[in-house]
Amino acid sequence: MQTYDVAADGLRGLNATLQAQKQETNQTRWEVVNPKGSHAIAVGLDAPIDVTVKGSTGYYCAGMNKQATVRVVGSVGPGVAENMMSGTVIVDGDASQYAGATGHGGLLVIKGNASSRCGISMKGIDIVVHGNIGHMSAFMAQAGNLVVCGDAGDALGDSLYEAKLFVRGSVKSLGADCIEKEMRPEHLETLGDLLSRAGSDARAEDFRRYGSARELYNFDIDNAAAY
Amino acid sequence: MDKTPGTLPIQSATFSNSINSEIRRAAATGIYDIRGGGAKRRVPHFDDLLFLGASVSRYPLEGYRERCGTSVVLGTRFAKKPIELDIPVTIAGMSFGALSGRAKEALGRGASAAGTSTTTGDGGMTPEERGHSTKLVYQYLPSRYGMNPDDLRKADAIEIVVGQGAKPGGGGMLLGQKISDRVAEMRTLPTGIDQRSACRHPDWTGPDDLEIKILELREITGWQVPIYVKVGATRPYYDTALAVKAGADVVVMDGMQGGTAATQDVFIEHVGIPTLASIRPAVQALQDLGVHREVQLVISGGIRTGADVAKALALGADAVAIGTAALVALGDNDPKWEAEYQALGTTTGAYDDWHEGRDPAGITTQDPELAARLDPVEAGRRLRNYLKVMTLEAQTIARACGHNHLHNLEPEDLCALTMEAAAMAKVPLAGTDWYPGKPGF
Ligand SMILES: Cc1cc2nc3c(=O)[nH]c(=O)nc-3n(C[C@H](O)[C@H](O)[C@H](O)COP(=O)(O)O)c2cc1C
Repeated sequence: MQTYDVAADGLRGLNATLQAQKQETNQTRWEVVNPKGSHAIAVGLDAPIDVTVKGSTGYYCAGMNKQATVRVVGSVGPGVAENMMSGTVIVDGDASQYAGATGHGGLLVIKGNASSRCGISMKGIDIVVHGNIGHMSAFMAQAGNLVVCGDAGDALGDSLYEAKLFVRGSVKSLGADCIEKEMRPEHLETLGDLLSRAGSDARAEDFRRYGSARELYNFDIDNAAAY
Repeated sequence: MDKTPGTLPIQSATFSNSINSEIRRAAATGIYDIRGGGAKRRVPHFDDLLFLGASVSRYPLEGYRERCGTSVVLGTRFAKKPIELDIPVTIAGMSFGALSGRAKEALGRGASAAGTSTTTGDGGMTPEERGHSTKLVYQYLPSRYGMNPDDLRKADAIEIVVGQGAKPGGGGMLLGQKISDRVAEMRTLPTGIDQRSACRHPDWTGPDDLEIKILELREITGWQVPIYVKVGATRPYYDTALAVKAGADVVVMDGMQGGTAATQDVFIEHVGIPTLASIRPAVQALQDLGVHREVQLVISGGIRTGADVAKALALGADAVAIGTAALVALGDNDPKWEAEYQALGTTTGAYDDWHEGRDPAGITTQDPELAARLDPVEAGRRLRNYLKVMTLEAQTIARACGHNHLHNLEPEDLCALTMEAAAMAKVPLAGTDWYPGKPGF
């Protein structure tokens, strides 16, 4: 286990060191101490390493992650795992706005709650939130799965494309073109798999599925009132 | 026959034929007009400025003999590897999706041959354009279509797009008919559906966030490449100052004449300010912050000739970017397609339905048959020639003003033909030493 002290050795050194790890590195386990809410911690990683951040972070923690597993023992600021391509990001605490924004792949797990716009414009990432999510989550979400074990705020899935949304609790309101959809066996299977990978003991059967009605896919003047 | 004199029929300036035709079109279809290109109305522009040339108090340099430098370095503030260009004319960001793969290749070839950079656009980076561009600027847009860290690291610079001059505050819409399988896949969306490009970034709002976003992008790219911030011209003084404060290496200011692939006509014509009006306030902001020339200013929107380049530089810009003019150089709106333009209900020079994907010149299309009409090698050569001509023209003017580098052009070399241009450019009305708003008058 390697330890890196952000307060003592700085952000640039941290990212440069972690980004320099290659596919076949021996130094696979890293502990990052004293993050003290710094922004852009462990961004742009591209190796199968394991990074544990001991404390809370600022904006864009694990941004654009590929391959790595990043665990934050604390809470994260806006845009955690934004544009993630692959790998896993786990947040033990809560997440601020735009968690997993535009993510293309990988798994983002938030053990606490996520704020507004969780999964905005997601493009293939899987996001599992153990708690609740805020308003406008999955806005214009294109692909991937958003799983919410608690409740969802207003305007869930507004202007949704092909992402799939699963919510166990209540949904305050659905956004434009987002509707409840039938939960078919293949969805239960995907959901069950995501829940178990995210360390949740929730039962897939207790969730409802939401998706795009696909009525706003091609502009039609008679839909103008929907926007 | 009645001999009573009658007045000639008088066309209304307010309800002109073109306005009335738009009312009829709107009444028939129930939808606003979407088109490509920039503002078509006449606004104060570079044509309203003139160079003074040399005189008794200033001596010129010998054309064709005495050197007049044209190179420019962009991104000297923080980037370890600034972009060095032979000429101060760059190719603006235009998306693959809006343009065919061959058109993107042609832009890369032409720009590289002329020693300048080209820019990706909404929809991500294609191998064709990376391969054919020696210097490629990667746009970081609100849609984040095709955005990935590998391409980010392949870029020679990153341009964070906050806005475009044609539509400051607006997103984009690529209509379903232009969404081929390849375009759809790059954007992670189903084929054939309209693709909305968001109007603001999904994970930051405001200048304080932008500073953190720039930090993240620098951390991911190791502080190697310059980061540009592109804004549509609206509040040029404050936007420039805020971009500088957020940590930009380069500010790109795009005026209302700047082209777009597809936007509502009402947006193009009525939102944003003319390119000419944006330059002095942007330069002023850089000067007030003590970073003029350290943070470079790139101006775009309606740049067509070497004279436009020279005027933008004289007002304080470091370089310019061109979109529409580059497409025309490739072959857009060429009279040789007149019969086909007629069939589409338009004519050479007026064709702007780039969003429909039926471009006779094969540039703004994803239709393989139409796209095949553009030979990327030949079109690239035309673009190179055009860029060379613009540079020679700008040098001709700079020498006449006695400058051995284009960057030595200055506002004192200029005068204005109209009060509006004088006020916007803060250069005297021709033959006077006065401009509206000049202190002390
Ligand atoms: C066909 C076309 C596509 C464009 N696509 C983009 C884009 O994807 N991103 C962007 O920032 N600007 C885009 N623009 C705007 C240009 O980058 C640039 O600001 C503008 O073309 C400059 O003005 P000009 O056309 O008068 O030279 C596009 C312009 C055109 C003509």
